[in-house]
Amino acid sequence: MALIEIRHLAKSFGNVKAVDDISLDIESGEFITLLGPSGSGKTTVLRMIAGFEDCDAGSIKLNGEDITHLPPFDRDVNTVFQDYALFPHMSVQENVEYGLRTRKVPKAERAKQALEAIASVKLEETVNRLPHQLSGGQRQRIALARALVLRPRVLLLDEPLGALDRQLREEMQVELKKIQRDAGITFVFVTHDQEEAMRMSDRIVVFNSGRIEQVGTPEQVYEEPRTNFVAGFLGTANIFSVDVARKFLGATTTVSIRPERIRLQAPGTKIDKSETSITGTVQEAAFVGANTIYILETDFGVKLTVRKTNTELLGQDNSFVAGDQVMAVWRNSHIAQIPV
Amino acid sequence: MSTKSDFKDSRPISSFFLRKPKVRLISLLSLPMTWIVGVYIVSLFLLLITAFWNVDPFTSRVSPGFNLENFIMVFTVPAYIATSIRTLFIALSVTAICVLLAVPLGIYMAKIAKPWLRNILAVAITLPLWAGYLVKIIAMRLVFTEEGFFNWLMAPLGIRGPGFSIPIVILTLTYLWFPYMALPVYTAIRQIPPNLFDASSDMGAKGFTTVYRVVIPLIVPAIIAGSVFTFSLSLGDYLAARFTGGATQMIGSIIAANINLNPPVAAAYSMIPIAFVVIYLMVARRTGSLERM
Repeated sequence: MALIEIRHLAKSFGNVKAVDDISLDIESGEFITLLGPSGSGKTTVLRMIAGFEDCDAGSIKLNGEDITHLPPFDRDVNTVFQDYALFPHMSVQENVEYGLRTRKVPKAERAKQALEAIASVKLEETVNRLPHQLSGGQRQRIALARALVLRPRVLLLDEPLGALDRQLREEMQVELKKIQRDAGITFVFVTHDQEEAMRMSDRIVVFNSGRIEQVGTPEQVYEEPRTNFVAGFLGTANIFSVDVARKFLGATTTVSIRPERIRLQAPGTKIDKSETSITGTVQEAAFVGANTIYILETDFGVKLTVRKTNTELLGQDNSFVAGDQVMAVWRNSHIAQIPV
Repeated sequence: MSTKSDFKDSRPISSFFLRKPKVRLISLLSLPMTWIVGVYIVSLFLLLITAFWNVDPFTSRVSPGFNLENFIMVFTVPAYIATSIRTLFIALSVTAICVLLAVPLGIYMAKIAKPWLRNILAVAITLPLWAGYLVKIIAMRLVFTEEGFFNWLMAPLGIRGPGFSIPIVILTLTYLWFPYMALPVYTAIRQIPPNLFDASSDMGAKGFTTVYRVVIPLIVPAIIAGSVFTFSLSLGDYLAARFTGGATQMIGSIIAANINLNPPVAAAYSMIPIAFVVIYLMVARRTGSLERM
């Protein structure tokens, strides 16, 4: 039995269907990410699991118990908010003790647990400070400690790293993942950052327009996208419509090929028989450091994006410039067939 | 011609003030300082001086001098002491009732009411400010007079109003000054980020606990700000007592009665509400709330 069972969940705001008939199982102990663009319904689903929003239809079960209409304070889940939602008039320790206090944990015991939780995010020196005296990253950690100290079955995280700068965000990604693994708590993580989702998650749920497009491991959603949306949202994809694919590639469905799986070589050079090639003209060659991004105008009449990793100094391997005739080559097994 | 001198020529007054910050400061503050020092401080100071003067019992003429008789009287005559305490009690009651009404109303308006209802309530709170002060007092008088609305309404239940007395004065003053409490409290509650309410209930707090542990501490500055108005305005009022208080006397009533007969006594007695307000502000300052007003 899954820890959380979501069945046919729906929620509208006015005329907008924010969540449209969603069903999902979340397993105990997994790190699952709800990924999608803003307005795709991922945050609304999270808020319904937390109990902040009531749903219009459907049900949510936690550990077999129906919690669909329970108020937030009766659910064994806790939330880390996007802007942290620390109480500005309470010190760090009082913030972390808040949930223990509402549970009537004795004073000495709750101080001990709170200090442990604060120590676990390495912020012992801040216990007496007010939230506005902390940096963004410190607030983030305290918000995490405040939720973890309650040892919930499920921790819900609503874009918790969104406000941090890039370096800090990457550190926190590693740390969050470690905390999750060590504590064995189920994490439901909401983000619009596909790289963040792939880096941290056991499974990714891709949302679009209030619906689930695909559920799978990072490898599955990246390598075997089931819809055009998933192919395009996770990384970059060259998508050939079913007509083009049938005509030039002999495929029966829409197909996609990742830019990094295509290599360029001079026209007429030799390729393996497990490979496919098409010819075209380089429209643009953009050097972006680790990679060079080529845009090709192919003889199919479709544009193709190719990413070449710059393993050699620029100009010392076979690089091309705008206007060059090239041959784009990929291995047939690298083509992903998109069923819908 | 350079760009810089173009700028100077086109805005001669602005550039003059920009180059002379002292002149700028003087021209900014001369008018308000004249008002505050010339009218406010000087008249208060004259009031204080008058309090040390005497009234000749035969001619009824005020004669300058220096004696503490008026102050001694204010602090020893039982009627004066009783009136001071009564007035303090009324002002504190008005403030307390305003807080008790404003906090739940503010929470309802800011967090529960639909936008249209919220707007109606906001108008309903502020609308009485447009009516004249005396009009409102007379309205309360009409409601609670012997044959008034209240007794008519309650007659079937066999309930009669208390008549013009201290409770009605408190009620009238609460009615008069409630907007000064309700508006800052409502604004403060609206400014609390919605996430804090979610976070509180997420960590197991029910509604009342959230109000007690999160909302109230965050709106203390607004309550103090509102109470400075409700408290000091009640303290200085005497028309409410006069028209709805029956025999009730407040500090203002006695000052008003003496202002022609014995100005030095009136002056000495008016130091009492000033002292109350100063003490109140000092207490408020200690809570650190005045900085945020």
